[in-house]
Amino acid sequence: MACLFFSLLLSLFVLYSASGEDFSRIYAQGINVTVALGVMWLAANISPLNLERAARPLYVLGLLLLISVALFGTISHGARRWLNLGFMQIQPSELMRIAVPMMLAWYFASREGKPSPSNFVVGGVLLAIPVALIMKQPDLGTSLLITSSGFYVLFLAGLSWRFLLVASISLLALMPVFWTLLHDYQRKRIEILFDPTQDPLGAGYHTIQAIIAIGSGGSAGKGWLNGTQTQLDFLPERTTDFIFAVFSEEFGFLGNMLLLTLFSLIIARGLVIASQAQNTFSRLLAGSITLNFFSYAFVNMGMVSGILPVVGVPLPLISYGGTSLVTLYLGFGILMSIHTHKKLVAT
Amino acid sequence: MVAELKNYIHEQYYFRLRLGVAGLLVLSLFALLASRFYYLQIIQYNHYQTLAENNRISLVPTIPNRGLILDKNGVVLAHNFFVYTLEITPAKVKNLENTITELGQLIEVSTLDKKRFKKFREQSHSFESAPIRTHLNEIEAAKFAVNHYRFPGVEIKSRLFRHYPLGKLGSHMVGYIGRINDKDIENLKEDGVYSNYKGSDHIGKSGLEQFYEQQLHGVTGFQQVEIDADGHAVRVLSSNAPVPGDNLILSADSKLQEIAETAFGERRGAMVAINPKTGEVLTYVSQPTFNPNLFVDGIDTENWKLLNESLDKPLINRPLRGIYPPGSTFKPFVALAGLEAGKRNPPFAIQDPGFFMLPGSRHRYRDWKPSGHGIVDMQRAITISCDTFFYGLAMELGIERLTSFVRHFGFGRRSDIDIKGEIEGLLPTPEWKMRRYKQPWYPGETVIVGIGQGYTLTTPLQLAQATAILANNGVAMKPHLVTKIQNGLTGKQEFIPSVVQDRIELNPDNIEIVKRGMIDVTLPGGTAASVGANSGYSIAAKTGTAQVIGIKQNEKYNEHAINERHRDHALFIAFAPAEDPTIALAVIVENGGHGGSAAGPIARKVMDYYLLGKLPAVEPTIVAKPPPANATGTAITTEEEFHD
Repeated sequence: MACLFFSLLLSLFVLYSASGEDFSRIYAQGINVTVALGVMWLAANISPLNLERAARPLYVLGLLLLISVALFGTISHGARRWLNLGFMQIQPSELMRIAVPMMLAWYFASREGKPSPSNFVVGGVLLAIPVALIMKQPDLGTSLLITSSGFYVLFLAGLSWRFLLVASISLLALMPVFWTLLHDYQRKRIEILFDPTQDPLGAGYHTIQAIIAIGSGGSAGKGWLNGTQTQLDFLPERTTDFIFAVFSEEFGFLGNMLLLTLFSLIIARGLVIASQAQNTFSRLLAGSITLNFFSYAFVNMGMVSGILPVVGVPLPLISYGGTSLVTLYLGFGILMSIHTHKKLVAT
Repeated sequence: MVAELKNYIHEQYYFRLRLGVAGLLVLSLFALLASRFYYLQIIQYNHYQTLAENNRISLVPTIPNRGLILDKNGVVLAHNFFVYTLEITPAKVKNLENTITELGQLIEVSTLDKKRFKKFREQSHSFESAPIRTHLNEIEAAKFAVNHYRFPGVEIKSRLFRHYPLGKLGSHMVGYIGRINDKDIENLKEDGVYSNYKGSDHIGKSGLEQFYEQQLHGVTGFQQVEIDADGHAVRVLSSNAPVPGDNLILSADSKLQEIAETAFGERRGAMVAINPKTGEVLTYVSQPTFNPNLFVDGIDTENWKLLNESLDKPLINRPLRGIYPPGSTFKPFVALAGLEAGKRNPPFAIQDPGFFMLPGSRHRYRDWKPSGHGIVDMQRAITISCDTFFYGLAMELGIERLTSFVRHFGFGRRSDIDIKGEIEGLLPTPEWKMRRYKQPWYPGETVIVGIGQGYTLTTPLQLAQATAILANNGVAMKPHLVTKIQNGLTGKQEFIPSVVQDRIELNPDNIEIVKRGMIDVTLPGGTAASVGANSGYSIAAKTGTAQVIGIKQNEKYNEHAINERHRDHALFIAFAPAEDPTIALAVIVENGGHGGSAAGPIARKVMDYYLLGKLPAVEPTIVAKPPPANATGTAITTEEEFHD
């Protein structure tokens, strides 16, 4: 919990710098955080049992919403991701981040004994449907992250090592096929990863400027509000997906280590909660949520520091933005609930 | 129940194993990130630090004020002033055509402006601004300022413009600046001074502006400016003030220059006057001149055509690059060569029949006076410009001895004056002819070199310098236009010392003979008697005529019958006061006819002002071009004046 709040505080400081000392941004994020904390508190008070019950309806609701997005969704930036409900815009893929692991956890918890290979096939299908819908939007980042969150459940549920081996080998073999399935801009992003200089003012600009920001931060950083890359607008999207570059520039290698440590502690705590959970559903869900948090952190930092392609993934706890924050805290709320209810279930 | 519990424990063990694996994965991937950060922030820190600084800090050059050019009395010949310009940065404008059209509706933009803008754009980067209009007046500037918001990427700037207040006067001497082109950049890089030209867009192109470019330009200052990603300056981090260029102070006097140029009137030609004791150039005339202000901002095609295609060739720097046969003005130097070689020393004299013949040849080298001059000695030969006398002398000296002697007077080599582009002229030798024409040297060619004809070619500057060396008894002072360089910052003046280029060992008696002959030229009986009339000081001079087209044997030269441009060039050299000369000069009037009547009066006016401060009498009209049929006829009062 302490780590969480420390991260939160850090987030506001970094955001203040990234937004060009704009208090309205902080204010807005403050509201986001408040809402998210509220959601967390609510989730923490729902017993895992009720969560288990809610899994199926939530999953179905999510699927329906995803289908409506595909049919009536609003297009922005060339992607159909949002659903206009008249009074508010929602992004159903965010819901699926929680709903998919919940659904899978429920499914494996409901099977008795050691899951059979056929169980994993069903699990795979349950995962594949929403992922396919989200990929179609297109939203590669979210679909990959949902895939990973589902995969974590499958893995923790005891997916056979042999299958994992075969799957990863075939995945490697199928790389060229995936390549052809990707959209042009997605392909470009991966190409840029290997050589950002091929389009320094276009697609490679984000990566180059972010790496310059990180590298020029040095060991101790340029100091809060003194990141030149940030303050002089060289860094794009610095309050959202690229906020890590701001952090790195201003707090340097030491700051990065601190952040990695904080994240590690949060993840460790989550894994401990998962290991102490008393039923299969809680275990799988807690493990998946924790590892998914890790995925976000790793993918974001990896992309900003230029070892992963640029995908639209925010840095958990730090980036500006409401929806992702709410989803994240919802996850933490569930973890808390699982933690507080472990004994209840045990007895 | 036990089985269930066992199963449960087994499952939990199994689950924890999996969690452990996941935890390892997390750790290893975080370690990967950490190593990446270590690589970027610790190992590569310097590299990225530099990149970030380059991103952030931009060096903005501050162009120094170009030095002024002043005449000896402080009259400004070249200075700078600020003008408002309307400039477009092409990279920041979406539709350039539309923007220009809309600007045209607001303030006047002529086709000429558009053309110039196009030229500027081709020469510069799209992120540099280029002027679409220069010299905006205040109303125009205000008009634009009000409508500025409509024109992103367009702004009013103030640029420093070079201006030559005296316009055409002395433009070949002062020269002009123009926009830096690729060739200039190459030269600047070669000289290792290109970095000093960051931000500058003008450079000296001719005359003193070119020669003293380094002194005039000054040192470019820099401002370290923090910029944002759009290139806007956020704040100045540090600045390094520019050092203004040095001012040039000339030995020339703009009033004297004006008198000289006015004296030429519409006629083409050149004149250089030098102080023989110091080498200071007193006037430097090339007629016709041009307005250097036209060149500062890139000359337009129309004016360029007008200047470049004019038959009068106003762009040629005649004193440096005009080559003319010296004609009879060469004679004093041939005379001295003879005397120094022990030929024709008094009391030697010839009986002039009006022509000279080489032994064994029937070809007659005619004297300008068909009937001959009677008995002629060295001094009188100079005074009356006796051709026959010098034909024989040249023959006896031989071409090699003759040319090697007069070379000391600067013929056939550069004078190293402080203007670039000087050409060497030509002192012919048999080797030269063999090289050039693959033909042997004929004795007849030596004969005509004696009267400054044939292959011999000099520039007006060489002729003036030779006269100055003679006037200074053989001590050659390096000719120079700039006498003082004034520090642009401190105002301290640095004198340019006079440099002795050469000291010719001459017998004073011989010099005396030549000088006496030349003094007599401007006295009654000499070929330029009218030039010396009522002068109040003694003038040593020599007239000359340079043939433009060859005259065949037995054909009489009739100046009225031939095309004006084929008429002879009139030459005149002089120094005064003859006993202690402070001015030596050479005048050439192209197609002017006779040196005494066409070029002499110009020299007289210059000397009168220089020595006596006397302004020339106002003349109703200066000899018109082409002169009326009887103009030359009425001007001839004595046979003596009708020289050569």
